[in-house]
Amino acid sequence: MAITREEVLHVARLARLAVTGDEADRLREQLSAILEYVKQIDRLDTRDVVPTSHAVEMGTPFRDDAVSPFGDREALLSNAPDREGDFFRVPRIIED
Amino acid sequence: MANVPVHEWTLLEAASRVREGEISSRELTEALLGRIASLNPQINAYVTVLPERAMAQAAACDEERARGVFRGPLHGVPVGLKDIFCTRGIRTTCGSRILHNFEPPYDATVTGKILSAGAVLLGKHNMDEFAMGSSTETSHFGVTRNPWDLTRIPGGSSGGTAAAVAAALCFAGVGTDTGGSIRQPASLCGVVGVKPTYGRVSRYGMIAFASSLDQGGPIARSVADAALLLSVIAGYDRRDSTSVDVPVPDYLAAVDRPVRGLRVGLPKEYFGGGGLDPAVKAAVERALKALTDQGATAVEVSLPHTSFALATYYLVAPAEASSNLARYDGVRYGHRAEGSAGLIEMMSRTRAEGFGAEVKRRIMIGTYALSAGYYEAFYGKAQKVRTLIRGDFAKAFEGADVLLTPTAPTPAFRIGEKTGDPLTMYLSDIYTIPCNLAGIPGLSVPCGLSAEGLPIGAQLLSAHFREEALFCAAGAIERAVPVPRVAPFRG
Repeated sequence: MAITREEVLHVARLARLAVTGDEADRLREQLSAILEYVKQIDRLDTRDVVPTSHAVEMGTPFRDDAVSPFGDREALLSNAPDREGDFFRVPRIIED
Repeated sequence: MANVPVHEWTLLEAASRVREGEISSRELTEALLGRIASLNPQINAYVTVLPERAMAQAAACDEERARGVFRGPLHGVPVGLKDIFCTRGIRTTCGSRILHNFEPPYDATVTGKILSAGAVLLGKHNMDEFAMGSSTETSHFGVTRNPWDLTRIPGGSSGGTAAAVAAALCFAGVGTDTGGSIRQPASLCGVVGVKPTYGRVSRYGMIAFASSLDQGGPIARSVADAALLLSVIAGYDRRDSTSVDVPVPDYLAAVDRPVRGLRVGLPKEYFGGGGLDPAVKAAVERALKALTDQGATAVEVSLPHTSFALATYYLVAPAEASSNLARYDGVRYGHRAEGSAGLIEMMSRTRAEGFGAEVKRRIMIGTYALSAGYYEAFYGKAQKVRTLIRGDFAKAFEGADVLLTPTAPTPAFRIGEKTGDPLTMYLSDIYTIPCNLAGIPGLSVPCGLSAEGLPIGAQLLSAHFREEALFCAAGAIERAVPVPRVAPFRG
């Protein structure tokens, strides 16, 4: 199950990971080996099998749609790498 | 017990002596902080130590005791937490550069529960970055060393917690387990580790890796200590929608219950493989003999899809991780790359600088497995195989109350030995991974030493919410197979 360098770069873009040329080559090799290994599950016939998303059977839990304010706004904002007043500051979103 | 040094007491002994007034919480806390100051530079089990905060907490516990006030079963006893549990106002890094400066504005439910029970928090334990690893070598803060042999890894990802407990740098700790991250390091460090049933312990404030597999649990130096600590942290939490609302039984009472009549299943697929060290096999067989000598019966069982578990895990876990880790974008907290012209560039460079190689690898696998055209073939297929693996266990538990297996195929390996090849590293979790896929509870208990004097653990598995059976069987093994509970390391 070999994947191409172009696929690696495409997935890295989807994952928002900047990768160097060397990294892309190494990842291509390692991901190919890992995907080759995981492909063994194809040997199993799962046509009539229901998928498991959570291992412990439980219904959908409901709760009241009630607002409970967190309170400590400053503790949240003080972690920001860059802020302006009560806003998180980020670089330009829309390129010229 | 008079000649046992303070730091080697069990959690239960320490709690009872504080309660009886034989020692103050301040004396206990001071003793452990002193030990951390002298030994942690070599072991690197703690990424954050909280001397002032811990002493203030201890003083408050002593003052309360003088007034006859007890917060709970851990009143005044110093413990540690894996650095994956959010602690309000205390740096929580998850072993990653991307969170190197993150101070959570709230406590995880587990944090809140151990503090409400009266525990003194000594600090935060080192771990593989985002709990992705089996050796604690992927931590941004450097490898943790195994206190039984400083040239070896302590296991992972909760390697800092297991090493701290084994080196008596705390009386117990709480780790997390997604594919073996509590049980494998417990095995490699000669201590007891429990991965509870999925939904037993709240995941609120526990930094997410693979949400359908992650579960917090105790690491301690005795089965009884682990049972006590689980009873403190378990329970329904409305803030975790996958938390299950079933009563928490008295786990401590289960430890001394006789094993007579207990059916111990031996999954034949866990004993046949070429990777199993003969010393590990022999030690697990001694654990079995300890159980049958006390009246348990051995039965052979089969888990036919075992060989597909690792492949299933390495699709499910990275897929969920790639989604969970999308939140680290340099906007609201944590590391941000400097000097980017636009938002997307800032995010991509922040993530490139902030994540280590193993985390990037798993984000890449997960993103690929979830991407257009591959979802059904990879993630969808893996979820179906997961159903088959669950079915194997359900069938096995019709004829057995617990299953007994090795925890890890080998004792602790050397630092650097497996970092070159990710797949070889992944194989050290081969016996622990199926348990997470099935959501069942698992426990690792020491059952012997290798010829080089390294600890070996036996794994016990039971059906959903049957942790009591694990404590009962582990107690019987512990009584019959005495293994030193503190690593012989003196620094």
